[in-house]
Amino acid sequence: MAAACQEVATGCMVTKMQRLNSQYRVLPPEGVLMTENPAIYALREAVVHFGDPQRPVLQRISLEIPRGQFLTVVGPSGCGKSTLLRVLAGLQSLSGGQLERSSGESAMPTRGASGAELRAGFVFQQPALLPWRTAMQNLRLPLELGSGAAGEGQAAEAGEERLLGLLEQVGLSRADAGKRPGQLSGGMQMRLSLARALVRDPQVLLLDEPFAVVDDFLRMKLQDSLRALHDARGLTTILVTHNLQEAAYLSDRVVVLQPSPRGLSADLSVRRSRLSPAERRRAPEQFEFLQQLSAALFPS
Amino acid sequence: MSERTGQFSAVNRTSVVRSVSDVLVPLLVLALVLGVWQGAVWWWRISPVLLPGPGAVLSASWKIRAVLLESAVRTALAAMTGLSISIVLGTLTAFAFSQSALVRRAFYPYAVLLQTVPIIAIAPIVIVSLGRGFVSVAVVSAILSLFPIITSTTTGLLQVDTTLLDLFRLYRASRWQTLLRLRVPAALPYLISGIRIASGSSIVGAIVGEFFVGDGTPGLGSLIQRKSATLVLSELYATVGVATVLGTVVFGLITVLGETVLRRRFGMSLGGRVSGPQSGD
Repeated sequence: MAAACQEVATGCMVTKMQRLNSQYRVLPPEGVLMTENPAIYALREAVVHFGDPQRPVLQRISLEIPRGQFLTVVGPSGCGKSTLLRVLAGLQSLSGGQLERSSGESAMPTRGASGAELRAGFVFQQPALLPWRTAMQNLRLPLELGSGAAGEGQAAEAGEERLLGLLEQVGLSRADAGKRPGQLSGGMQMRLSLARALVRDPQVLLLDEPFAVVDDFLRMKLQDSLRALHDARGLTTILVTHNLQEAAYLSDRVVVLQPSPRGLSADLSVRRSRLSPAERRRAPEQFEFLQQLSAALFPS
Repeated sequence: MSERTGQFSAVNRTSVVRSVSDVLVPLLVLALVLGVWQGAVWWWRISPVLLPGPGAVLSASWKIRAVLLESAVRTALAAMTGLSISIVLGTLTAFAFSQSALVRRAFYPYAVLLQTVPIIAIAPIVIVSLGRGFVSVAVVSAILSLFPIITSTTTGLLQVDTTLLDLFRLYRASRWQTLLRLRVPAALPYLISGIRIASGSSIVGAIVGEFFVGDGTPGLGSLIQRKSATLVLSELYATVGVATVLGTVVFGLITVLGETVLRRRFGMSLGGRVSGPQSGD
């Protein structure tokens, strides 16, 4: 199945929004079991405004995100990228339109912005760590929250080895587990933030410009870690970034949001050949795709 | 020596130099003020009845040292009792304010009243309710020191990083979980800052309380009252000096204790987050 998904993702093509709209697959009604691999998110005619309907932040956005896809959202500042991500995370409610989510496990879609069944991890632009907790305690935080959460003591006992393994998976060492965020570098804090997003074994990983404040060298390392995690865990990943190279390198698909008129202006699929990370960064396809992306962002 | 050890030494040296200068600079200012004061008394031959020199004040302090010590201890006890009451009441009030905008809007103006109503107006009410004595003095001290704790702690509980609040919302944290795991620890530097400011007010409150609601037992307030009535200015200045030193010592102790607890137990500091020794990436 994963190989089939990879095959779908490898066809490099440019589609405009009108065509995307016609490709919508309508999710079955609630309670109906699905046999196919459904879209994990289906956003229809989504509108978000903060009080003034004449000045929406998101205007009639329609987007379907298949399971297992690495989707990147790019666009100029103020076009609503972060708002779109917050809508998908359930942190921002819609002013109009509809969002459907499907966890895939129960194969029953849920309507509205609750999405309780869909496990999502979120990586913010800042590491957003609690300075009074050690790295391990920060990592354990998601297990302590919510109605079905374990108490602090229970969460402490639960899966210590699994959590240490997670730290190692994002490139931190076991010795870092006892350190507070103030004792970790910016890059290590970002890695810890990434590990925390994975603690609840999410189906979806949402990232809001996570590497914006790190240097180029570290950004490249973190990008490799992120893509490796996406592939290894079969995640659906949605990344918001300003960085076009990052979008081209990491993604299966890139959508472009434009500020005026508001909406999706392009939806591009990325050809991902089986290359090593270093080779991929230099591959001619990367440069071709960057040209397509630039053309979509800055039409002559 | 490794490069990192070298960096730590440089950092430690810088912090030691800063700590020493934090103590030395105010002491130099004090020496300068005392020198100018003594010089003025000597140059213009000012009568000790009008303005005693620092030397006369020091010798008066030594002369009545036993009374000063007893008074200072009693005033400090009343002030610390008042401060403890205000910490408990102030923190509970701040919790209530942080949980409901309606409660905040309804009761905040009355919290401001604590700061603005003159103690001379409250004194008769305190005397009627509790009588004269230690408890009343502690209550006046609590009234004067409550407001900084309420405002500072409420600010800390409300001004939590919005990204962290989003994180807690994402994991569907309950209001209680958000309060205990996020708002309360994040507000600790604010609470300690509030206690720091309130500590000075609690000393002033205890002294003023001894003026208005005290029962005449030794205390810096009643001592100031007696010395100003007898016009022994050198002893009056000595008492005022001890009151000032007491306020400064309490402020310093709370600062050091608060900073140490925040740094060691919570990885924070009064001025922001601790940037301890960092590992490279």
